[in-house]
Amino acid sequence: MRIPSPPASTPAAHRAGRWLAAASLLLCWHASPAEQVSEDDALRGDGPRPDWALTPSYPDRTTDPAAVERGHTLYELNGCSFCHGKDTRGGDGGPSLLRSQVVLSDEKGEQISKIVLNGVPNTNMVAFALKGNEIADIAQFLHSFKVSGADEARRPPPSIVTGNAAAGARFFAAHCGGCHAAGGELHDIAARYPNPRKLQQRWLMPHRGAITEVVVHPAQGAAVRGALLSIDEFIVTLRQPDGTPRSFERRGELPRVDVLDPLAGHKALLSQYRDQDIHDVTAYLVTLK
Amino acid sequence: MTARAGRRTLLPGLVAGAAALGCAAALAADDWPNYSGDYSGRRYSTLSEIKQSNVHALTLAWTARVSGGPGTGGSGHSPGTVMGGEGSGELFASMPVDIRGSILQVDGVLYLSAPDNAWAVDARDGRVLWHYFWKTRGGTHIGNRGMGKWGHYLYFETPDDYLVSLDARTGQERWHVPIASFEAQYFSTPAPIVVGNHVLAGTGNDLDAPGMLQSFDPETGALQWRFFTVPMKAGDPGLETWKNLDAASHGGGNAWVPGSYDPETHLYIFGTGNPTPSYFAERRGDGAALFTCSMIAVNVDTGKMAWYYQTSPNDTHDWDSAQTPVLADIRLNGRLRKVAMTAARNGYFFVVDRTTGEHLVTAKFSSTSNWAEEQLNEHGQPVRIPAKDHDIAGALVSSSNEGAANWPPPSYSPDYGLFYVPVAESWAMYYRTETDAGGSMGLGGKEEVGVGANAYLKAIDPKTGRIAWSVHYPQGTHLANGVLTTAGRLLFAGDVNSNLVARDPGSGRPLWHSHLASVTNAPQTYLLDGHQYILAAGGDTLYAFRLY
Repeated sequence: MRIPSPPASTPAAHRAGRWLAAASLLLCWHASPAEQVSEDDALRGDGPRPDWALTPSYPDRTTDPAAVERGHTLYELNGCSFCHGKDTRGGDGGPSLLRSQVVLSDEKGEQISKIVLNGVPNTNMVAFALKGNEIADIAQFLHSFKVSGADEARRPPPSIVTGNAAAGARFFAAHCGGCHAAGGELHDIAARYPNPRKLQQRWLMPHRGAITEVVVHPAQGAAVRGALLSIDEFIVTLRQPDGTPRSFERRGELPRVDVLDPLAGHKALLSQYRDQDIHDVTAYLVTLK
Repeated sequence: MTARAGRRTLLPGLVAGAAALGCAAALAADDWPNYSGDYSGRRYSTLSEIKQSNVHALTLAWTARVSGGPGTGGSGHSPGTVMGGEGSGELFASMPVDIRGSILQVDGVLYLSAPDNAWAVDARDGRVLWHYFWKTRGGTHIGNRGMGKWGHYLYFETPDDYLVSLDARTGQERWHVPIASFEAQYFSTPAPIVVGNHVLAGTGNDLDAPGMLQSFDPETGALQWRFFTVPMKAGDPGLETWKNLDAASHGGGNAWVPGSYDPETHLYIFGTGNPTPSYFAERRGDGAALFTCSMIAVNVDTGKMAWYYQTSPNDTHDWDSAQTPVLADIRLNGRLRKVAMTAARNGYFFVVDRTTGEHLVTAKFSSTSNWAEEQLNEHGQPVRIPAKDHDIAGALVSSSNEGAANWPPPSYSPDYGLFYVPVAESWAMYYRTETDAGGSMGLGGKEEVGVGANAYLKAIDPKTGRIAWSVHYPQGTHLANGVLTTAGRLLFAGDVNSNLVARDPGSGRPLWHSHLASVTNAPQTYLLDGHQYILAAGGDTLYAFRLY
């Protein structure tokens, strides 16, 4: 999830650039940062976000807790939740109020009251004889919900470990055993990754600590081997065993560059897995403590 | 007549029509007067001073940085930033400038924009002539795709949902009008497209609000018509493809990328976003969810839909199909066809008849896409595999949310008959976190963790859908940013390592490159003082290249 940052001259500006880059990439694809920031990104430690990146695009509404409580009681007493749901997200009997244009435009019940007092013809919505202050309290209750699809307060799912450990062990032996022994470096992987989802992501693509090596074969002189720093069609840069970086111009196939990707096996498996295989292997690996 | 000549000869008639309507802007090939350079969306320029035989000598003419917010706007001749807007002036004011849209070039002046900011810049040396800053109320600040121009007037959209008109000569604001509900969390990023006396503006939204394309009067900003992309009332077409009207009218389908225009038919052809809620179809049912994820043709005079073609029936991956359709004339099965083409975020490439919407070609351009059945349906559409929506234990899906393609503009070269598009072949685990699908909303209920990706520039033969050539970016993990082709038999595009690269459009072979700080938009070209310029943006910096 990296894209080139804008030119930045200071560490602070650089961090701002990183956030900008991340925000641009994520948001341009119509995804909220909350749902797409990977566990690796969260661990990378880019320092504090700049002020502008902390600015909520659509601020939550401020509500009076006492009025919200009164409104909540009225919402239940009048049976609103029967059709619109306890969380106002709607149901088979009535639409979601949380994403309703009427509710979104409403400030103190003035929009909502038109519907509450009159009902909506040809729908389940009948008229309710409520007082103005009661409707205002119900409005406060409705406005107390976070208006976002990605509400972290929503019910968390059960464990992601749904697979069959025995089947996972068989898959592991057949497809992973060539490189990895379960009794070897993986013997305590579940202890090192107690969160099964992180464990699953880690074994699917263990990029931390996996150094891609590259061998450059110049026209003259010995081949140069080192850790790959960057490569495009025009330049390859590596870190030599003595710690110094070195780069080479590339012109088509010359000089020959061999990229030794330690994750090649993991990448090749991506197009072969069934989801059940992945779930089974995770169910197996969570037993390796 | 070649396809190339065919498209170009359409333009003079349009210019005459526009002039008759009081539009002073001339659509000369020397300029870059609207989002795609012309109405076709091809991003193919007839300029040919820079060509394969001399591109090795292409060199930097100038570079310039612009600055945003209430400051001066950058170095140059700006008399001071012009301020507008309804906000306090503090929100997002310090957001770094990131140019991710098109830059207009008309009569030696460049007009560019970023969220809340617009600049006029001298196309000869990059000096700022004026800067305009919009004091925002907020809204999703994801990007701005550029401005539209009508005579001496400019138009751009703001994240807090205004259409703003400026005087191109001074940067002074003429007016601003609200175009969508801020409370419903719309945000507005597209470059308005000016056709005759219509300013066509789309909007974006991530909260289940209905998509719309609107047409405004260029003189006054008055609404001329509004076309909703989803059914909004009983009897509206497509309602039968939704569970009920509430689902339809909260069904998304936002038009957040500029479209293309066919002057022969007066049809504005644009793409629509995904249905919402983005990851759960339960609320809307098993229908196609029209007219989300579709190419739609609307008559610019009436605002009425002429045809549609849906590229993803009932999408469940937030894979919009909003990208700019590319209009061209190609010979297909011995017949010259007037087509519209698109490479969609879902990994499939489509060709349809642009006068009728008749389906002609579908081909998978992302080799890893695994969310749909092997067989297309009888309409040439991919058929979704529900098990690949997401799973509590994770579903391994290609592509990631970014998509196999996205808004970064593709290009079509009539010289080579190929369609060029940046591609990402990515994998991600889609975790379902919503236990109550009926209560899902917007982008909620799914968490995604990337597993890996490869990035490419691909050339697609639209006659067959086959990949003609493909350049693999060795370290690419995300999409590159758009393509330009020219009659100099050149293709220009940024790679994912900040190189601006000129290639042979027939093979993809690189012919020239320059490593910039970054490349964040699709390269463009214009002719000024008898010389052809290549222009690219990287963040807050512009780079102009030419021959000497």
